[in-house]
Amino acid sequence: MFTGFFYTLKRRKVPISIVEWMTLMEALSKGFISNLDEFYYLARAILVKSEAYYDHYDVAFQEYFKGIETPAEITEQIMEWLKDPINKMTLTEEERALFDSMDFDELLRELEKRLKEQTEQHDGGGHWIGRGGTSPFGHSGYHPAGIRIGGESGGRHAIQIAQQRRFRNYRSDLILDVRQIKMALRGLRQLSRIGPEDELDLERTIGATCKNAGEIEMVWARSRKNAVKLLLLMDVGGSMFPFARLCSQLFSAAHSSTHFKDFQYFYFHNCIYDNLYQDIERQEAVSTDHLLRILEPDYKVVLVGDARMAVPELTQKYGAIYYYERNEVPGLLRLKQIVEHFTHCVWINPVEPYYWNHPTVLMIEKLFPMFELTLDGLGLAVKKLIVKK
Amino acid sequence: MVNNDDFDRFSGSPDYVISEPLKNAVNVTIALERPLLIRGEPGTGKTLLAHSIAKGLGKKLIIWNIKSTTKAQEGLYVYDTVQRLNDSRFGGRDVSDIKQYIKLGKLGQAFVSPEQVVLLIDEIDKADLEFPNDLLNELEEMSFYIPETNETITANHRPIVVITSNAEKELPDAFLRRCIFHYIEFPNSALMEEIVKVHFPNIKDNLLRESLKAFYKLREIDDFRKKPSTSELIDWIRALIAGGIPHDKISSEIPFVGTLLKKETDYDYFVARMGRKSYG
Repeated sequence: MFTGFFYTLKRRKVPISIVEWMTLMEALSKGFISNLDEFYYLARAILVKSEAYYDHYDVAFQEYFKGIETPAEITEQIMEWLKDPINKMTLTEEERALFDSMDFDELLRELEKRLKEQTEQHDGGGHWIGRGGTSPFGHSGYHPAGIRIGGESGGRHAIQIAQQRRFRNYRSDLILDVRQIKMALRGLRQLSRIGPEDELDLERTIGATCKNAGEIEMVWARSRKNAVKLLLLMDVGGSMFPFARLCSQLFSAAHSSTHFKDFQYFYFHNCIYDNLYQDIERQEAVSTDHLLRILEPDYKVVLVGDARMAVPELTQKYGAIYYYERNEVPGLLRLKQIVEHFTHCVWINPVEPYYWNHPTVLMIEKLFPMFELTLDGLGLAVKKLIVKK
Repeated sequence: MVNNDDFDRFSGSPDYVISEPLKNAVNVTIALERPLLIRGEPGTGKTLLAHSIAKGLGKKLIIWNIKSTTKAQEGLYVYDTVQRLNDSRFGGRDVSDIKQYIKLGKLGQAFVSPEQVVLLIDEIDKADLEFPNDLLNELEEMSFYIPETNETITANHRPIVVITSNAEKELPDAFLRRCIFHYIEFPNSALMEEIVKVHFPNIKDNLLRESLKAFYKLREIDDFRKKPSTSELIDWIRALIAGGIPHDKISSEIPFVGTLLKKETDYDYFVARMGRKSYG
């Protein structure tokens, strides 16, 4: 029954398996539903396990039960294009500014509006929005020709619900999800017996009690705890904007991982100079020298950044991108201080290694072992951080 | 909606306003005997749902509150070795009878209960990453084995399991596959009116209207760390009624805003914004 729907869902990237499908079949065979509305909710409750996929489900539902191609096809592909940071990197500064002036939802809304206008004006026209340079959508060079827009209502209620696509904002289309990053960070632990003696050592208690002629003798031990302290330093400069989401995932994974003994984080822009900042807006400054004094060398240091900047920013006195920083010490020397102070440092780069052939990236790579911000890269970085030196 | 009536059907309880899809999800859960996983913004009534189900069906509710240190094993049983050691020294009980040192956890209690119960596993995402996986088998088979006494505890009646979670994407796939899932959307103002009326049956119409207007306006501000939710609204309206605030002052002044905004930064932000407005 409805096997086509199963494959439609799969094609729409709703993560479903046979287990869920069989559950749905079981529910259907029990005579749960009498109309399509009920089917909509029943199938959603059983098949979809995160509100992030409610929208995918809505799209698939429309498609299967209405039998027409939906406009979602375009938005989805464009969404993918928009969300892929590499695409943004290929834009010029100007274009990127245009991009950043709208938030994502705004962009989508605008896109939809224009799409609609376009079909109304040229019926089934071959291209769209080609308004030479002024349109934020122009540079994709993408021509979704002849796609129909499922505008007219009618049909049954459930399809209308699906058509509203109220859960669009919950979509995530994540490259890496927080859980995966957390799993990767779990490798970052060195268990040692520290803290108060709060664990009853049963074996030794029994032994001691026997020796004590049956008089109870409790033996306590320290419980094993993770001794790893993590220091996360993140670049939040302009060229990092395309990766903001990825970086915030890394941050929330590290932040919510409860297994670190201590977790500190600071922000910087392009390179580290005299100050580091406690907030993304870079208002609350902390002097780098002060941090190096108060943080013990056994902190595991993870720097996140694209390592890409103008060469003087890295190598020259007063090279900082903000002239008012007036850094007496060149960024490169600051980085060197960090490498020399802490025993374990890695640099995580959200940009693909293919693009690392850039003078400042190469210079920084000489100082820090550099890894890509992917699951594999993170795994390797974690290994690097826990080797004994 | 269901033709066969061989299971208890949940149709809500007087103190809890429930949407149609959620009600259906609950009934599917009961009929298929799968755990129901509830997610949603804080304050949308995830935990209250379990209370409502228990009340509506007239069943006992067992609550297992999960903390970051909770181990899956604790939900099944705890073997009190220290007590046994103590008894072996000072006598009193027969220490060869291990059974008396086995204390059942919340899940265990739900299994051995002589009648069907509602089991709420609250905030499952707070526990260790592996926690849900550790419970997979027990929730599926509704039984577990105690090696110390060579005993298998099997559920007399499969409990109705409601699991709540706040965090996104934190639960393992294998676990999710076995659950019925429902995301509680933030109620729209019509549903919210109903909810408020459940708490304050005698509320004046203009007070209700004005307070909801102000409330949804506040929620539109995206910069808050934590947007006010239903439970804050209820508290706020209680304060408004107790303070005897005239309804025409609610939107313009938003008195007692501290009950709506719990984070200091949000409060500061709000004051700064309101301040700017009134001065210029």
